[in-house]
Amino acid sequence: MQYIFDGTYNGFLCCVFEYFEYKDSNVQLQVEGDDATQTFLFDSDKSIITDLVKAKRVQTGLQKHLGKSIAMDFFRVFLSEDRKAWAASFNIICQIFSGKTNILGNYGSEEVLYFKQTLKKVSRERHRMKAFIRFSRSSDGMFFAVIEPDFNVLPLITTFFKNRYADQKWLIYDVKRKYGLLYDKENVMEVKLSPEEKHALTTDTVITLDEKDEHFQNLWKRYYQSTNIEARRNMKLHLQYVPKRYWKYLVEKQV
Amino acid sequence: MERIEEKLKILADAAKYDVSCSSSGSKRKNTGRIGDASASGICHTYTEDGRCVSLLKILLTNHCIYDCAFCVSRRSNDVKRAAFTVEEVVELTMNFYRRNYIEGLFLSSGIFKNADFTMERLMRIVKKLRLEEKYNGYIHLKTIPGASEELIKEAGLYVDRMSINLEMPTEVGLKMVAPEKDHESVKKPLAFVQNQIQEYKAESKLIKHTPQFVPAGQSTQMVIGATPETDLEIMNVAKTFYNDFKLKRVYYSGYIPINTENSLLPQVGSRPPLVRENRLYQTDWLLRFYDFNLDEILNPKHQQLDLDIDPKLSWALRNPQYFPIDINTADYKQIIRIPGVGRQSAMKIIQSRKFGRLSEYQVKKMGIAFNRARHFMRCADTPIILGTPSMEYVKQTILQRNSTKYLTTVSDTQLSLF
Ligand code: SF4
Repeated sequence: MQYIFDGTYNGFLCCVFEYFEYKDSNVQLQVEGDDATQTFLFDSDKSIITDLVKAKRVQTGLQKHLGKSIAMDFFRVFLSEDRKAWAASFNIICQIFSGKTNILGNYGSEEVLYFKQTLKKVSRERHRMKAFIRFSRSSDGMFFAVIEPDFNVLPLITTFFKNRYADQKWLIYDVKRKYGLLYDKENVMEVKLSPEEKHALTTDTVITLDEKDEHFQNLWKRYYQSTNIEARRNMKLHLQYVPKRYWKYLVEKQV
Repeated sequence: MERIEEKLKILADAAKYDVSCSSSGSKRKNTGRIGDASASGICHTYTEDGRCVSLLKILLTNHCIYDCAFCVSRRSNDVKRAAFTVEEVVELTMNFYRRNYIEGLFLSSGIFKNADFTMERLMRIVKKLRLEEKYNGYIHLKTIPGASEELIKEAGLYVDRMSINLEMPTEVGLKMVAPEKDHESVKKPLAFVQNQIQEYKAESKLIKHTPQFVPAGQSTQMVIGATPETDLEIMNVAKTFYNDFKLKRVYYSGYIPINTENSLLPQVGSRPPLVRENRLYQTDWLLRFYDFNLDEILNPKHQQLDLDIDPKLSWALRNPQYFPIDINTADYKQIIRIPGVGRQSAMKIIQSRKFGRLSEYQVKKMGIAFNRARHFMRCADTPIILGTPSMEYVKQTILQRNSTKYLTTVSDTQLSLF
């Protein structure tokens, strides 16, 4: 039987809730609009309504069994947007609530292994974004950055940037998922940009840069070149650490 | 070229031979202004040689009154000299930091006039960052040998890490290339700072809000391959320094020939000993995290590390009596001694076997180097082989299997540039 949900994490948790309420057999998760021909194959397929109260109950349940930080791993894996990892998560959660609370230690199981590998990939991407984000300073003192991460990791780096840059306004915008986070020196809020604003952000046409911004970008490029040791050149290693798809947004990799 | 750009070029170029780039181990918090020192450290980018760029690593100046043969900044070297002003370093650091280019500053300097004069300048930069800019990011300061204890003590209150380089692994080696230097002037400040760290720690147990003193600890660096020390000698020195001064890290830096006049040093154009450097780091790792004793890996009978295989594999081949290890029953300490099995994989094995005996196909997926490991371990379904295969045969099999990988790295060192 298919559970069709809205593709949000809360919706996902509600699928777990549904499962325990009705004990449906052979549940498959489907996202609304993901694959039109697949949805509603059978009359028995269910459309799952996202209910924040139910979702919260499932997350709290996970926390009770696993502790707060491991319960968060399911959210992290969810941000991979990988349907196979979602299916693995669903089955693992169902087993946890059925009494197998230590199942996550079983690396011998394919599903656990896949879950853990996805978790690792998401963490790596999160770490990369902490490292690879490059802010530009606009003339009104706002620091802004554009990213295009493999996974939806923006929610996982908010606290990091908030703590670090507490005294400067910043905006980090994910062009792939079309939303950003804006910090106004007090709070972080989610923002969606109008097409014109988006255009401004990605093409530098409307946002005027601080007059010294280019100066510091050049100095940074200069520094990056000077710190290289030609005798040790190893491009294979370099590409492994800084894959080409990230270069677009790295100041030091622009010529 | 603009003046500041040229300075940056010269003074970053001269600083790059210090390989330490760690920005980890501190826990300086932001108090509503700018910056924090992330405990785990972040590499913001990588050079084309694959080294992490985490800190703005520069010299205050490359003027130096000394003439150490292995150093680009040596007095007799005909290079352009430059010096930053205090303000320039602060401005660069803050602007790079605010744009998320860097985790912080690694500041070092050639010695101009005398040690204290230089150290005092470095101090002014560090204090300005902390007190005026309210900067809480990472600062690594190279101590100037011979600087007074008062200055070192004051600096320790503002920086996260301090280091002072041994330069050459042994005193004899050092005297060959830098007659004006000795190991004693390195040991003294290391010991002094270590003492202070202990004192502050003891005090903070009694009094809340004791200021932090060098919270990320101390490190040092040795240049490898410039002077004729054996790997055993090198690792013996490292071990002593880890023990005596509780160092966080010892760095091994393969010598990059930069001196055409000194006939004792490797010639310009010869390749730096990168594989050897890597083997030393692996050994360092085995000693600190895998519970190996130095004499298991290096001893008077075996004074050099193998270049074609890693030190754990080399140890295992010399000690077949410990193998095969049964991963379904052995304890963690034994499992991490299997070549090709790391600490994380060992933890996974220990956790997973609670759910049932593990077979090869399961273990394979836990991130181990199976081609190496399979000769040294037994899984639930490993066929029992009577008698043990000869270790020479095992070595050949592993080398053949990995031929591309090992051959390229080895030939890398053997081929000269031309
Ligand atoms: S004292 Fe330091 S900077 Fe001066 S020549 Fe020797 S190693 Fe180089």
